[in-house]
Amino acid sequence: MPNRTTFAAITLVAGMTCAASGADAFMAYVSNEKDNSVTVVDTVTGAVVKTLPVGQRPRGITISHDGKFIYLCASDDDTIEVIDTETHEIVGQLPSGPDPELFVLSPDGKTLYVANEDDNLVTVIDIESRDVLAEIPVGVEPEGMGISPDGKTMVNTSETTNMAHFIDTDSHEITDNVLVDSRPRFAEFKPDGSEVWVSAEIGGTVSVIDNDSREVKHKITFEIAGLRSEAIQPVGVRITADGKKAYVALGPANRVAVVDTATYKVEKYVLVGQRVWQLAFTPDQKTIISTNGVSNDITFIDVATDEPVQSVTVGSMPWGVVVSPK
Amino acid sequence: MTLNAGISHQSLLAAPRGFGFGQYAACLRGIMLREGLRFLNQRERFISSLVRPLLWLFVFAAGFRQVLGVSIIPPYKTYVLYEVYITPGLCCMILLFSGMQSSLSMVYDREMGNMRTLLVSPFPRWFLLVAKLLAGVSVSVVQVYVFLAVAWFWSVKPPPIGYIAVLPALFLAGMMLCSLGMLLSSMIRQLENFAGVMNFVIFPMYFASSALYPLWRIQEASPLLFRICQANPFTYAVELIRFALYGRLDWISLVVVGSFTVLFLGGAILAYDPANGLLSRKRDTGGNG
Repeated sequence: MPNRTTFAAITLVAGMTCAASGADAFMAYVSNEKDNSVTVVDTVTGAVVKTLPVGQRPRGITISHDGKFIYLCASDDDTIEVIDTETHEIVGQLPSGPDPELFVLSPDGKTLYVANEDDNLVTVIDIESRDVLAEIPVGVEPEGMGISPDGKTMVNTSETTNMAHFIDTDSHEITDNVLVDSRPRFAEFKPDGSEVWVSAEIGGTVSVIDNDSREVKHKITFEIAGLRSEAIQPVGVRITADGKKAYVALGPANRVAVVDTATYKVEKYVLVGQRVWQLAFTPDQKTIISTNGVSNDITFIDVATDEPVQSVTVGSMPWGVVVSPK
Repeated sequence: MTLNAGISHQSLLAAPRGFGFGQYAACLRGIMLREGLRFLNQRERFISSLVRPLLWLFVFAAGFRQVLGVSIIPPYKTYVLYEVYITPGLCCMILLFSGMQSSLSMVYDREMGNMRTLLVSPFPRWFLLVAKLLAGVSVSVVQVYVFLAVAWFWSVKPPPIGYIAVLPALFLAGMMLCSLGMLLSSMIRQLENFAGVMNFVIFPMYFASSALYPLWRIQEASPLLFRICQANPFTYAVELIRFALYGRLDWISLVVVGSFTVLFLGGAILAYDPANGLLSRKRDTGGNG
């Protein structure tokens, strides 16, 4: 049948084109909150490479700048685990203080700033000596952590106080408190350091804070046809390295909003899995990955087209994600 | 029938009546040209054939947007909106309606006596029918591509390779549905009976398939209905097109659609054979034939 041959030929050509255009492969590490594991996923094939057993309730996850170590908040074990990306073994722990949820690594890769949700503290840890350098009292239920590109200012958001706390990283003192909408979850600096974007889960907004004046200069709202406004709960925020586009995970709205950082207009809503939580770019910035907590999968979104490409099933309740070079 | 087909086949090869490949091609071109001209002259038909699936896409799919997007089913690799899900079904709907429309035109041709002009042609009858079929399918495939172009602006964007890969799938599915229409037209005595075809063929075929909802959803609702959908060849036509649109080949659908095409086409050729087909019996009643 000529149809079959044509089909086979087309499939073959399609397959070859896909293989030829294959981007660099990276490894995505996804923390699964419920089944105490980290899933390692190849970002090109979408294949699950390995599942690592880790401490209890893994949430925040990040990677050292050289890509050698994963740092993981094991919230219910009150510790930060260090995982070797070569051997996939847990090689150490950092003294995080109780219930670490989210953290941020300083631009020089030497210091880790950890939000301790239960103790209303931000713990500052020196990675090399594994010493606690400082404990900074902040608002109630600290969570979101962001750091300026020059490493001089750190922002923590407290979920119940509804504030973004600006902390000087030299003095470890709070310099400014900015009131944002209800339950701020995440803070992300623009790559040029001019703005901090803070998402508010219950408020349903993202506040754009001017880093010079420390005032909210714009509030981004979201509207999705056919969805109740309560279902739109912004959580994770990521801004492209060129500073032009921002991606906001909208929780139970099952969408990732693409925002133009110049106009603050939402350009598109990308359909992903259920209860989308955190986001991470691949190092080449070609793909952004979302963790979808309820549908137990992650979705790869093409940054050039903002189209969802593929969803991959990982562990139970994926929370955070970080991508390392292979 | 087998004998007849055999003879016709031989006649094609040896061309004892003096017909070479060129003559066959000319005949095919003539029939295709007629079908194309007929289509072009009926703007209303073109618009109505496009409006129908677009209404489904714009209105119906908007209302049902929240129903889907829960589970990932092949060939999709991620979550899709309902619009994206029903697009292959709507392509198939165009082919289905078009197939039935061409069957309607055959009934009309017979009533008006044009059919005789075609059937008295010295070419083998099977060739004339297949040529007529190809002409009808080509017209409907063009309609599908126009629909897909409009859908692209409605954020239904399959990969570029899909637009090429879907062509053979559309032709095969179109052949199946058009030959079904041809088979039916041989059984319809009068033009008025076409409403019956709508009620008894088009609607059940369309609704009891995977065109509007994934089969796992139907299975949850009713296992019996699920079985019916599984037995419906239209389901396989939809799936063949769905997979092809994403550059993939669903072998089961290909085999099912291919087999039904042969079955329906064979039936239609048999039915239009005045020597021993149904048409001879229709002669006394069919219009002014």
